[in-house]
Parts: sequence; structure tokens; C-alpha cells
Amino acid sequence: MSVEVDPVSAKAIGGTVVNDFVVKFANVNGSGSASANGMFAKSILRCGVPVAARNIFPSNIQGLPTWFEVRVTEAGHLGRRGGVDMMVAMNPQTWDRDVAEIEPGGFLFYDNTKALPPAKFRDDITVIGVPLTAMCNDRYELPRERQLFKNIVYLGALAALLGIDPAVVEQILSEQFAGRQKLIDANFEALHMGVSYVRENLGPIRLQVRKADKVGNRIYVEGNAASALGAVYGGATVCAWYPITPSTSLAEAFTGYCEDLRTDADGKAKYAIVQAEDEIASIGIVVGAGWNGARAFTCTSGPGISLMTEFIGLSYFAEIPAVIFDVQRGGPSTGMPTRTQQADLIGAAYASHGDTKHPMLLPADPGECFTMGALAFDLADRLQTTVFVMLDLDIGMNEWLTEPFAWDDKRQLDRGKVMTHDELEAGADFGRYKDVDGDGIPFRTYPGVHPSKGAYFTRGTSRNPYARYSEEGSVYVDNMQRLLRKFETAKTLIPAPIARKARKKTSDGVIYFGSTTPSMHEALDALEAQGRHLDALRVRGFPFAEEVYEFVAAHERVFVVEQNRDAQLRTLLMNEGEIDPAKLVPVLHYDGTPITARYIAGEIGQLMGLGQIKAAE
Amino acid sequence: MTYILKPQLHHPKLATNALGFTRRDYEGSVSTLCAGCGHDSISAAIIQAVFELEIPPHRIAKLSGIGCSSKTPDYFLGASHGFNTVHGRMPSVLTGANLANKDLIYLGVSGDGDSASIGLGQFAHAVRRGVNMLYIVENNGVYGLTKGQFSATSDKGSKSKKGVVNHDAGIDLVGMALQLGATFVGRSFSGDKEQLVPLIKAGLAHKGVAFIDVLSPCVQFNNHQGSTKSFDYVREHNEAVNKLDVITPRAPIHVDYAPGTTVKVTQHDGSVLSLHKLAELYNPNNRAQALGYLQARQARGQVVTGLLYIDPESTDLHDALDTVDTPLNELSGQDLTPGAKALEAINAGLR
Repeated sequence: MSVEVDPVSAKAIGGTVVNDFVVKFANVNGSGSASANGMFAKSILRCGVPVAARNIFPSNIQGLPTWFEVRVTEAGHLGRRGGVDMMVAMNPQTWDRDVAEIEPGGFLFYDNTKALPPAKFRDDITVIGVPLTAMCNDRYELPRERQLFKNIVYLGALAALLGIDPAVVEQILSEQFAGRQKLIDANFEALHMGVSYVRENLGPIRLQVRKADKVGNRIYVEGNAASALGAVYGGATVCAWYPITPSTSLAEAFTGYCEDLRTDADGKAKYAIVQAEDEIASIGIVVGAGWNGARAFTCTSGPGISLMTEFIGLSYFAEIPAVIFDVQRGGPSTGMPTRTQQADLIGAAYASHGDTKHPMLLPADPGECFTMGALAFDLADRLQTTVFVMLDLDIGMNEWLTEPFAWDDKRQLDRGKVMTHDELEAGADFGRYKDVDGDGIPFRTYPGVHPSKGAYFTRGTSRNPYARYSEEGSVYVDNMQRLLRKFETAKTLIPAPIARKARKKTSDGVIYFGSTTPSMHEALDALEAQGRHLDALRVRGFPFAEEVYEFVAAHERVFVVEQNRDAQLRTLLMNEGEIDPAKLVPVLHYDGTPITARYIAGEIGQLMGLGQIKAAE
Repeated sequence: MTYILKPQLHHPKLATNALGFTRRDYEGSVSTLCAGCGHDSISAAIIQAVFELEIPPHRIAKLSGIGCSSKTPDYFLGASHGFNTVHGRMPSVLTGANLANKDLIYLGVSGDGDSASIGLGQFAHAVRRGVNMLYIVENNGVYGLTKGQFSATSDKGSKSKKGVVNHDAGIDLVGMALQLGATFVGRSFSGDKEQLVPLIKAGLAHKGVAFIDVLSPCVQFNNHQGSTKSFDYVREHNEAVNKLDVITPRAPIHVDYAPGTTVKVTQHDGSVLSLHKLAELYNPNNRAQALGYLQARQARGQVVTGLLYIDPESTDLHDALDTVDTPLNELSGQDLTPGAKALEAINAGLR
């Protein structure tokens, strides 16, 4: 069986596909491939064609398999589609499963320096061999150079195969290595080794990138960086953190942005960042800073939340503002540290012992990570409690195409109810835990505000409205009821859900949130094309706004799509809204990879089909 | 913790300090600790120290963890904001508070359970970070609130009230503080006000970590034969290295205690520490010697008290982070939010 198929003959399998395919890179981590793969994605973006790129990497520094999936999507579907049209198979360890993943009629790109037995291939795909190792061994002496430039050679080969103008890649290389001309020249040379090989030996394939104008002014950024920038704009001055995948780059980005944007004319810092000894100290520092009137945050992942729960309870009960960015990963325990999930919802919502509940913001893309990242600090000050911003690894660590960041210069930071020196001096009655306005939110004072008025003793023990220790049952109950009133107030401050109405009237609804969003939208389109209509509601925060319950009430059946095993959003809906569980149908994806449009459409389609059969009986 | 407020009536002839405050203005609620508790003596020493230093009470923030000692901030400085945090976690909360407002004076009060057991990690890391604070451990070698269990500072071989012998080695927080880089390390005894008050004053004036381990016998659970932290044991085994007095520049007082040399140390706030050496020629500026001295005396069963080490050139966490002079909690939105224009440049770099 001949396995080296002439690419031209592959056209017989199907027509040319323009700007709508998935390329997946299978690499060994630590081989320098990430940078080349990132440039591949960016070069397509620069052609005006949207891409959705996802890094699927191991919890390891060198030697284990890692994948990078690039979806080229002129239609702008930014979720994972599912399936692979071209596999760039650079890792012998994962060869078999990588080859198996290719869609029938798809392409396999590999390094054919060493011949492989025919059994290693499939006859329903097109195989493209480029002798990368041989080319690099001929040209380069040093093993390190041979390895690194191999990545750039395949970048050039892919550009030629897919019809990407090499000048676009050159531009990106120039930006990447700005100021280091020798490096730029060497990379150009490697790039053209790949381009020339394809032009001379293979020619373009039927998967093609064509210039379009579908990117607009959107930006390409990670959710962690966007969140960090949100924290800068939200006025955060204190950040305490402990390294943990996948949240580490959030604190690092905050550090970088602060150095650029928050250094005064004398080079002094208008911020304080502490890498603490653990997550407990991180949240302790945040609570201390919040108590003392600074805006403070920490960023972590599930295991960190577990460690922080005692402090989260203190923040709830003593009413101290705090912001926690939880970049969720696969749990429980150490779980899948480098895989994505939405499995901390219940843990965060009810973190700590005793009766507690905490507001959460649920961003769906880096653009919302920025806006919600900034908003979280206003909400924490307004509500005097911990506010969670729930990202996940998919949003946090992958670059997403998202709306550009925007800021209204007239916007003021909302510092909430803080009694000032002058108000105290004028004789205002200060009761730290007194509900003056009926919204459950008391006034607070900053330490040191006044020589003789406004001081109080903060404690995690029960106390009366004037902050005096009390174990009186009725005093305790009044306070707990006030905290519930405050949570009701939170409902009105949390971003409202976003509805998407079906084209035809339907009694079916679907609720979803966070990184599921782009795949959900694509799945809704696909379902609609099959004649299956659903009204959709994207939840953006907790406690749920009234619109969420109204949406559930207005539909007979509501699918709840989420990326965890236990249907945690569904549980929160049932628990907080006293909704009949039978009405909420879970659609769950939790293998650690981002949920795909195909998966959602398949599951819901099947469930709706079953529903119809049932109705027919 | 108490809900009993002290009467606000003042004797008209109570002495006032330069700010016009009486000693009463530095008091707190009525203590609910056991009568005769060493911790109450420490509270009294804190009150006297702050009164004498003429610090407006609201400029101090007092923080604690959980335990008998951690309850005491309610019993002094009622006009100061206080925070009774989580068990063993006072150091991190104090660190955050300090980062938010560098202009207040931070007093952390903890116990041996709070700092040497559950909070040993936070104690260590706050010390090595150089948080500007006075950190007092009211050390009684026992868990009082849960009725008499050994703590991590209980000495090996000491006996509990029930007669159980402790076979775990004791942790010496003074030795640890020295090793971890504290720039002011002292030890005292709750019953020795003459030594403790000046030590607290010096600690409050010190920039950076000032750590004082105050042996404070528990009258209920650790004041019996066999305990190495009872009043009698400490009195018999106490070995004081020096006496000191803080002299504020505004009202210089020089008190000459015992014969011997006097070392004057100028602190960052301008106040001067006079160290009165006793029989031994003790130099409190040498960290390595302080550790050696401490251990040598310990081997002889002696509890060294006094100021063991001070670095007059000390710096703090804010120096390390190079923060602006304005407290971070006073920066306005305008100071903090870079604005729409800066965002445009960031957007441009992400395309």
C-alpha cells in the first residue's frame, strides 16, 4: 500500500476547504514547539481569519506529550469543534492515537526522515511527509539548533501547504525577535527551508487559508492576563498569591502590568505583590488588606480554594472585602492540574463551615475576564464579602479572540459604605453590623480614621450590631438574617444573564456559562439547522438574578450544560431557586478537554430526539 | 472576650501624656481571663508603653489569632481598631493590613499555640519578610482555653497539671526569630514590668520585625511543680542580659539603672534605645552571638531575658517592595486606574 499520497490527488476526496478546518499539533513538551505553534495561529489571525487555539499540555516540564489545536474559522466559531482535519504528528509516543483522530479525508503531516511501516498509516487520509530531521541535520551543527529550527521549518512547510503568505509569518518572527537581527535572519532561513521544500516537492493542499476581514479590531489574549488587567483597572493594590497551575500566569501578568502602569514618577510602586508561603497566607494577606481599606486579591485554583475556606468564612461573617480569581482545573484533589473543568462552583459558592454563600462572577471569555475582573473589586467593597471570579484553564491559559478592552474614564471606583472621619466627627451613629438602609449592608470604618470614634473590634465570633461579642441567640439570628438580606441585594448587582431566543417558539431552554459559551452557540446553530429549537440563557453570576428563575419557569424542559460530573450549576439552580430537579436536564462534559460544539449538539440532539419518541408513545 | 464596658468616668487628676490622653484612654474592655493571668500583666504593660510613648491610640492596629492570648487585644487600646483573626494566621492578616496602610503601627499578639503550633509557618514567613510590626507571643507553654494540653513550646520533660510528661522537644521562638532574620528580638517575663514595658516601647518604635517572647505563666494549667513556665521556675532561672529604656526625642529621660556600660541605639523613628548591660558584656548587635549566647544559657537551664538582638539599620517589607509614601488604601481611582488611552495601547499590542 502506498502511503505517500500525492497531495493533489487528495482533492479527489473533497473540494477545497477555505478558512474552516482544524489543525492539531502533537509535540513533545520542552521541544520549543509552543512558540512556533503560537506563531502559526497568529499568522492566520493576521490574514483576517479568526482562530481558536487551545494548548493541551501535561503537568510536566519536559518530555511528555503536548498538543496544540488550532481551529481556523472564518465563521468565528471560537469553541472547539471536535475532530481534526490535519494532524502535525511530531511525537512518536502518541503517533497511533494522533493518526486515529484525523477525520476521514483529512491530512497527516509528519517528519519522514525515517521510514515507517505502512501499518502506521491509514488509507483514508492524505499523508504529507517532509524530511524535517534530515533537513535540519544537514544545515545545523548544534543539537539545540537542530531541534528549535525544526519547528520553524515545519511552520514554513505548513504555510506553503495551507496558502499562508510567508511574509505574514516573517512579520511575526520580526516582532517576536525584535532587536535581534541575527536571530531574525536565522529564523527566516529556516522558514524558507520549509516553504521551498513544499513548493518544490508537494504544492498546496485543499485546506486553504484565504485573506478575509473577519477579525476586525478584536484582540488575542489569555483570560489570566485579561483578569490581571481588570484587577489593575479595578484599583487592586495588594496581590498575595501562591503558584498553582493554571492561575500562576494571572499573578505574573498583574506584576507585569503594575510595573508598566502603576509605577510613579520616582519609580515607586503603587501596588504591593507578595508571593506568599501558601494559599492560606495568600488569602490572609488579602483579608488583612481588605480590612484596612485596600483592594486586594489572590488567584488560585481548586486546591487553593480548599485551603482558603476558613478565611473565606471569616470574610463572610466579619464582612471583609476580598476578591479571589479561581482558575478552575480538573479536580478533585490534585486531579488533572493541566486540564480544564468547571468543577469548583459548589465549593466556591458555599465555601467554609457554617451557613455561608458567596457571590461569583462567571466570565465567558477574556473580554469579560477584564470587565468582571474590575467589577469584582467594586462588588467586594459594596457587599463587604469575598467575590469569586470563576475562570477555567481553557479561558485562563489559552489566547482567545475577544472584544478589545474598553474603559470609561468617567467611571469611579465604588468603595461601598465607608464612614468617614467627618461623618464620625459630625456625630453619625456607627454600628459596624447595623443595617441602616435595609439592604443588609452595614457601614464600616477604616482603621485609624478618627481619634475617638469609629473603632471596633473585628472578630469571627458572633456579635451585636455594634460589634460587641454576643452569643445571644436572637442577636445571632438577626445577624444571619441580615447577611441573607445582603445576599438578596447581591442579586441586583451581579451582571444579568444574557438571553438568546430561538427562531421558533419553543418550550425547551438551555442554560450554560463560562468557557462553554462559544461551543454552545455553535451547537445551537447546528441544532437549529436540524429543526431543534431552544431558547438559551447564559448565566453570568451567582446569586442568580430573577431573570434566571423566570427563564426556567417559562420553559418545560431546561438543559443545563456544564463541564463537571455532578451538574454543579444545576444543583445551585435547584438549591437556590427551589426548582424541580426533573425539569433541569444535565448535559455534562468533564474529561478535562474543553467541551466541543459537536458534543453539545450531539447530546442535546439525542435527548430531544428521545423526548420526541417519548411524546409519540 | 467581653461585652462588659468599663465605666468612662475619669478621675479629674489622672496624669495625662503630652497628647492629653490619660492612661485610661489606652485601656480596653474588662478582661475575662482568669484572675492573676500573666496575659493581663502584659496587657497592662502594653497600655503603659503606648501611653508613655504618647502614640494616639487610634494610630495603632492590634491583631491577634485565636486563644487566651489572642483574646487580650479586646482588653487594651479600646480606641484602636482590632482584629481577632483565625487560629495561627494573625501574621498573614497583619501583613495584608500593613501593606494597605504603612502609616499605622501594627501590634500582633499571639500565643505559643497560635504561633508555635498551627501558626509556625506564618510566624516564620512574616518574620523573614520583615513586616513592620511588634509581634508579642504570650508564651505559657500550655493550651489554656481547651484546658491544659501541652503546646509546642512546652519544654521536653516538663509535666502537665495531670502529671503527664512531655516527650517532644520544645520550640524556642526566640531562637527561630533570630535565625529567620528578625531585626529586633527580645524575651521577657509577664511579671517583670520594669523590663517588659521598655522592651515593648522599643519594639513599637522599631522598624521591621520586632519579636518579643513573653513568658506568661498560666495560673490554671501551667503554674505547678514540674512546669518550666511557672512563676517560680522562671523567677529562679531568669538570666537578664540588659535593661533598656526608650527615650523619645521630645521628652528625653535618662534613667541609669545598673552599673556597667550603656549602649545607645538610635531607632528609625528617632527614638533612642539605651541598653544597660548587666554583669556580662552583652552586645545586642550581633545575631550570631545572640544565638550562641541563648543556646549556651539554655543548656545551663537559664532563660535569657532582655533585648537579645537589634539591627539599628533595619528595613521593612515596604522598603523591599519600594512602595509609594502614600498608604495604598489612600490612593484614589485616578492614581490606580491607568485610563482608556493606556488601554488602547495594550489592545494594539494584542493584535
